[in-house]
Amino acid sequence: MQGMSLKIIKAGVLDTIQDLGRYRFQYLGINPGGAMDRFAAQVVNMLTGNDVSEPVIELHFPSSIFLFEQETMIAVGGADFSATINGEDIPLWQPVIISKNSILQFEKWKKGARCYLAIREKLDIQKWLGSYSTNIKATTGGFNGRALQKNDEISLKERNEYKCFLKDKDFVILPWKADTLWKETPIDRIAVVPGNEWELLTKESRKKIFRDHFVIGSLADRMGYRLQGTLIAKQNCELVSSIVSFGTIQLLPNGELIVLMADHQTAGGYPRIAYVASAHLPLLAQKQPGDKIRFRFTDQEHAEELLFLQQQHLLQLQDACKFRLEEFYNTAHGGH
Amino acid sequence: MENSASYKIHLINDSAAAIDFGNVMDKKINARAIALFNYLTQHPIEGMIEAIPAYSSVAIYFDILLLRKRISPHKKVYEWIQNKLSQLMLTEFAGVQTIPDLIRIPVCYDREFAIDLPWIAEQKGLSREEIIQLHSSRQYHVYMLGFLPGFSYMGEVNQRIVVPRKLEPQPILAGSIGIAGKQTGIYPLNSPGGWQIIGRTPLKMFDQNKVEPCLLKAGDSVEFYSITSEEFDYIQKNPSLLQERD
Repeated sequence: MQGMSLKIIKAGVLDTIQDLGRYRFQYLGINPGGAMDRFAAQVVNMLTGNDVSEPVIELHFPSSIFLFEQETMIAVGGADFSATINGEDIPLWQPVIISKNSILQFEKWKKGARCYLAIREKLDIQKWLGSYSTNIKATTGGFNGRALQKNDEISLKERNEYKCFLKDKDFVILPWKADTLWKETPIDRIAVVPGNEWELLTKESRKKIFRDHFVIGSLADRMGYRLQGTLIAKQNCELVSSIVSFGTIQLLPNGELIVLMADHQTAGGYPRIAYVASAHLPLLAQKQPGDKIRFRFTDQEHAEELLFLQQQHLLQLQDACKFRLEEFYNTAHGGH
Repeated sequence: MENSASYKIHLINDSAAAIDFGNVMDKKINARAIALFNYLTQHPIEGMIEAIPAYSSVAIYFDILLLRKRISPHKKVYEWIQNKLSQLMLTEFAGVQTIPDLIRIPVCYDREFAIDLPWIAEQKGLSREEIIQLHSSRQYHVYMLGFLPGFSYMGEVNQRIVVPRKLEPQPILAGSIGIAGKQTGIYPLNSPGGWQIIGRTPLKMFDQNKVEPCLLKAGDSVEFYSITSEEFDYIQKNPSLLQERD
């Protein structure tokens, strides 16, 4: 087992280990963090047969280059950064079995902002306060509490034999693909629900938010996205700090909007004019500076419904992935 | 204490709601929020993930996928939550109030740490000694933690040292103690920040290796006392000396 690990041979701009977030400690000001696109993070885990709560690696472009020192089964999904194994393309949303000493790299940005890598053999890291997510500010969680760096070596928990599938090939792409389109997959408009300070906006601004598009500004990261374009408040509003969440849309004093993302602070004092339906957060998580977005009005009832539809889809996907993997193993073993 | 007095329930997102006692910085109202938080910690509502106290409100996160399975399919989860919270407000949660812990925090107000103290002195027409005296001569109430892991929002400072926050955030070192408006607080980590810095504590306000990583919690009482830079160094080198609560 010694020396068998995942090696970072070149660092990316910001690649961190994330899971579905660190909850129950917000009362201490410890923010949940977690994957920005939780839909993609869950699906890549499912594809490799892992539990959805297993840690994944969240990649930004340019991404790290990885060396796998043992045979593994991986899946990548989310943003398309043209993933390759030893220089040959591999698809998104499909499990791929790769041979020992294979190199995974991401050659060219095509679409989206965040790509997720799941590994069936599982990253051997410790939880901090119940979660694997990296908290860079607190320099804890994930791998040494920071983004991955050159020469990092992350041990894998399991070792699996894939010789009979690989034969002498570098990798084998398993012949099924996750269907990531659920019934209400947002195409362009992100559903938002009016928040507690919605009435603070002028009538014109309340129309404008659903009429105009907004451009994601240059200040857009895991903490939040500043949007270009302004809205107007009826009066100045000073609030004592209260709890905010992933998806809270705040009105800044200069009239700009900020959408809080995964690494948001637990509390804030700006008016919370709306919030993004959580089923649509994955779409927002794949946006980057310069991208245009449009909002559409929804209410709590429909936001809830969207989340259930998405969850239903994920559960079906999980069953399908499990079934395909089992079938695949059985056929392979039956062939001996 | 009358629980039904004045509160509002509103939604934070599709999985969280808040009980809001009014948009104020007030010790009594904050005590209600903390009492409710303590009550919820001891008597969690079905499907609750966590409760979080703020100045004058408590937010509650729910596992709505779990609740969806448990409650009647005809009912919307958010309606169920609103209902549950209204019921909750009829219970006598105020009884959960506890006596606040008093935590004494050493602060070195020397020039090297108190980067904004000269500016405050000039603005307020006070001497350095007067500012230190005013800051360290009263007990503060910890209203809430937020902004950073373990960052404590405390108040209220003496009217004579109330200063606005900076227009642009600047890099601030862990342990720095700042003032913003009526609030005072301690930066637990190196971070950009806009509070006016008047000193630094050698105590580790946040330690990820501890089971309880934060030295303070909402509802605590805090007193600052002035130390020399030699004492600062000594405490920093011997953290176990003062680090334990109680």
